[in-house]
Amino acid sequence: MTDPVLALHDLRLAFKGFTGTTEVLHGLSLSIDRGERVALVGESGSGKSVTARIVLGLIQEMRGAKVSGRLRFQGQDLDRLPKRARHGLRGTAMSMIFQDPTSSLNPAYRIGTQFREVLARGTPGITAEAATARATALLDEVAIPQPDRVLAAYPFQLSGGMNQRVMIAMALANEPALLIADEPGTALDVTVQAQTLRLMRRVVEQHGTAVLFISHNLGVVREFADRTYVIYRGRIVEHGPTEAVFHTPGHPYTRALMAAQPRITGGGVPEIAERDAQYGDPMVVHPTGAAAGAGA
Amino acid sequence: MTAPLLALQNLSKTFRSHGHAVHAVQDVSIDVAAGECLAIVGESGSGKSTLANMVLGILAPSAGEIRYDGQALPARRTLAHRRALQLVQQNPLSALNPKRSIGASLRLAFDVHRIGDRAGRTARVGALLEDVGLPADFAQRPPAALSGGQRQRVAIARALACDSRLLVLDEPTSALDVLVQSRILRLLADLRAEHGLTYLFISHDLAVVRNIADRVAVFEKGRMVELAPTDRLFTAPEHPYTRRLISAVPVITEDEITMRDQLAHGAA
Repeated sequence: MTDPVLALHDLRLAFKGFTGTTEVLHGLSLSIDRGERVALVGESGSGKSVTARIVLGLIQEMRGAKVSGRLRFQGQDLDRLPKRARHGLRGTAMSMIFQDPTSSLNPAYRIGTQFREVLARGTPGITAEAATARATALLDEVAIPQPDRVLAAYPFQLSGGMNQRVMIAMALANEPALLIADEPGTALDVTVQAQTLRLMRRVVEQHGTAVLFISHNLGVVREFADRTYVIYRGRIVEHGPTEAVFHTPGHPYTRALMAAQPRITGGGVPEIAERDAQYGDPMVVHPTGAAAGAGA
Repeated sequence: MTAPLLALQNLSKTFRSHGHAVHAVQDVSIDVAAGECLAIVGESGSGKSTLANMVLGILAPSAGEIRYDGQALPARRTLAHRRALQLVQQNPLSALNPKRSIGASLRLAFDVHRIGDRAGRTARVGALLEDVGLPADFAQRPPAALSGGQRQRVAIARALACDSRLLVLDEPTSALDVLVQSRILRLLADLRAEHGLTYLFISHDLAVVRNIADRVAVFEKGRMVELAPTDRLFTAPEHPYTRRLISAVPVITEDEITMRDQLAHGAA
């Protein structure tokens, strides 16, 4: 069997502050295979976004952050890589999309200029003509009409949905093996969000890109991910194929999350406890793939 | 039928910028009964916040009238009107003064509206906090020491401070986690029943609206495209835009998927 694209093993994170050390992640393990879409779902403060930033290597550069555990990316140990090689992976082999597309683009430069910068990371010395041609093709893929008009525009001249598509195109420009999407579309309207997710799903499928999809929105996760990890206060409490996790949630915390989600079929608002001793129960694992077929 | 508590009559708001006009709200008429929870749903730019600001007297309508309790509301609101119509904002952290203790923020409402004497006001602050499910000694804390859900409870307490009758709730739970959201929605439902409050519930989240509103008004680009009792809006939506909105909601159960698919096919 080939190496997974990303494998985190017993990941721990603590921040040192004036009042002592705060532990944020308590031994988190997770893996993503080639072309697989994996969701990490949890509430604010659960540790989902810091996990993404550890994979990119951004947290490790912060003072006072203590990271331990194993991080493997395409078979190589990320912690053993020299700083320059590590830096070289970002924007090429792994890339990221953030929640608010308009604020992740530079307001002072045209889309075309920013696109060329991204392409130059993967292909140093790319000519202006080649960059424009490649950018046009990529924007076309994310269903942007009149790509040349968009390339000449500044981010504030485009709608949020358009900027999000530009971000997706940029993130995939250098054919990364791993795409990290942190709450993509949360800042967008529901109809635009639905379109954007469908589009992102289609494009990553075509490119065979593995995705780590970070979200607090259960509905969005159910529609996007092949496998789901549920995170609660720095620990994975449940994981398995998305179908199984949503159909037969086993952990008390996962069940609470699902019960608290208002339904469009109605039924009122149940009152669910924010904290419960049961939320600390051991992890529930649903069998995956062939094992699932045999087990069922 | 008794007279509505709030009546919007042919309400319009037009903004002018750089020589062209933006019709933010166009010819909207809605009657809101006392004790009702009316939801206003729509995407960004639909005019729902402009409508809320006109109801609160923050923006003056370009045309039309707002009647409250049978009388036309003047452009400059009286203290009594400001007391009766209150706002709960989306982000409780920016709605509360960070330098002021929770107690001081709540007291200010009593000071402005000259309710009770000095000792009485302190006691009222404690009672108010308990009303929204917080311990009375939270009065001493600064907003930064509270969680998002607790802060939203404080914002609700402040809106209730001077016996208001109508709350404009502008996306009151969209900045909160789902478990916290469930408890705030529960609190809002309980307070409405207890105090006989009327809600104008502004939201982009149709799943939340489905479970809290009596009626729903759907807005698209400044126009009200559909107004119906909640059950009917979700089981038999008439406007194509309403159907599109409902079928874009990310859902988690089989029943919801079935319902959504039926709506999508109905639209086609």
